Amino acid sequence: MSRYSSRRLRNQIAIGLSLASMVFGLAWVALILGALIWQGVGGLSLRVFTEMTPPPGAQGGLANAIVGSLLMTTLAVAIGTPLGILAGTYLAEYGRYGRLAPVVRFLNDILLSAPSIVIGLFVYELVVAPVGHFSGYAGALALSLIVIPIVVRTTEDMLLLVPKELREAAAALGTPRSVVIRRIVYRAVRAAMLTGVLLAIARISGETAPLLFTALNNQFFNLDLSQPTPSLQMVIFQFALSPYKEWQQLAWTGALIITLAVLALSIAARALAGARKSA
Amino acid sequence: MIDVAIAAPLDYAPEVRAGQTEKISIRNLRFFYGENQALRDVTVPLYARHVTAFIGPSGCGKSTLLRVLNRIYDLYPNQRTEGEVLLDGQDILARDLDVNLLRARIGMVFQKPTPFPMSIYENIAFGIRLYERLPRGEVDRRVESALRHAALWDEVKDKLSASGLSLSGGQQQRLCIARTLAVNPEVILLDEPCSALDPISTAKIEELISELKDDYTIVLVTHNMQQAARVSDFTAYMYLGELIEFDLTTKIFTAPHDPRTQDYITGRFG
Repeated sequence: MSRYSSRRLRNQIAIGLSLASMVFGLAWVALILGALIWQGVGGLSLRVFTEMTPPPGAQGGLANAIVGSLLMTTLAVAIGTPLGILAGTYLAEYGRYGRLAPVVRFLNDILLSAPSIVIGLFVYELVVAPVGHFSGYAGALALSLIVIPIVVRTTEDMLLLVPKELREAAAALGTPRSVVIRRIVYRAVRAAMLTGVLLAIARISGETAPLLFTALNNQFFNLDLSQPTPSLQMVIFQFALSPYKEWQQLAWTGALIITLAVLALSIAARALAGARKSA
Repeated sequence: MIDVAIAAPLDYAPEVRAGQTEKISIRNLRFFYGENQALRDVTVPLYARHVTAFIGPSGCGKSTLLRVLNRIYDLYPNQRTEGEVLLDGQDILARDLDVNLLRARIGMVFQKPTPFPMSIYENIAFGIRLYERLPRGEVDRRVESALRHAALWDEVKDKLSASGLSLSGGQQQRLCIARTLAVNPEVILLDEPCSALDPISTAKIEELISELKDDYTIVLVTHNMQQAARVSDFTAYMYLGELIEFDLTTKIFTAPHDPRTQDYITGRFG
């Protein structure tokens, strides 16, 4: 066999193997989506969005859980995004060549990979135990501790991709550093930074462990975050493990809602990143 | 009056020297990247309202020299200078100098076109608004004048709100020149401004440089010797961080003093 044809064969084997592993990976995604739709679509109705979580054996919806999830996620993102962007900006811009940045980056990476149940326990000790009861604020705080390192990381990574020529060109006009960052550098990576925030939202939408010890759950509609606050994640966790048919159905439906919401966020993030690139 | 380390560079046509004003005087300039010395006691004048070209092989320090003049090296740690650079007699290497004010007086155009991620109009207006609070109409007028000055107006006047990144490479570079002019600098530094451009764009920018020297002091770093010969009044040849020779461009390209300059401009450089 000539060198050329053996190289060709090796190339085909390599392509075949990578295709096979792609199919293997995607198959699981398809199966999960399929199972969720199969089991969850049957329970989708207007009632899911308008009625409260029911007692065992009764009909009901997920309205309180959906609202609770939205409230806590919004608050967590409102806390985590500005902190994350500021810290990421420090790492990529001001602290870039300093001695503190590697330390902060290392600590952030630890936080990024901290098991979320540890974060839940930490907030329990910090807030829930001294206050004496579970609350939506504690839940939002726990979720924000997950948001921060993600936003720090994506912000820093994106800012580092901005070519140094762009910073130099802005500085060469006599632009003060803070203006270079806010008006030029941020603008160059706006879409990418927003993508980071969307990914953080997607991530905390599914986190259950941090809420277990903080927001807990609530069978009733509740807009007061100082009280225990329900969330889709906690309701799924509780209902899926229950022996009641109605609860199990609601758990499937809740899981489908979360998945579709996260999917929509991811698609929005991709579309946003793509639209910017071609502009 | 000047303590010159290398005698040859300033040993040229004294009658030419006598008639000129030194806009910038570089004296015994040394530059260090960490431990590496990139400039070795460079002494050279930059004359007002003339084009001075710096030529030399890669790594000779010509771009480094340019980056000293607007203190852009300040953005990076471990880069430092020794010696003196005087702008109208004022030492611009002084620690307490406001570098942003300096950079407003000394504009720079880079090798790679670097439009800001905003509209063509905003690219120009950005610099103007940094220094002046002007009514909209006045900003409009200044934007138009800068674009006309940079010979770009006719090509972009109907799409001022389009992204600066949507322009061709040559147009982007002229946009960057317009952006620099809009701030009304006194000196313009051009760091290989045509190396990423096609011959037609290059010709346009060279033409522009020739026009601009009536109003500005221009410092041009270039790899292209024909370009230096075409557009500059004075040429400095640098090699390994040293200024080998400085003279009228016509002299450098016809009768250089130093055999090393001779070898470089005749392409015999090894």
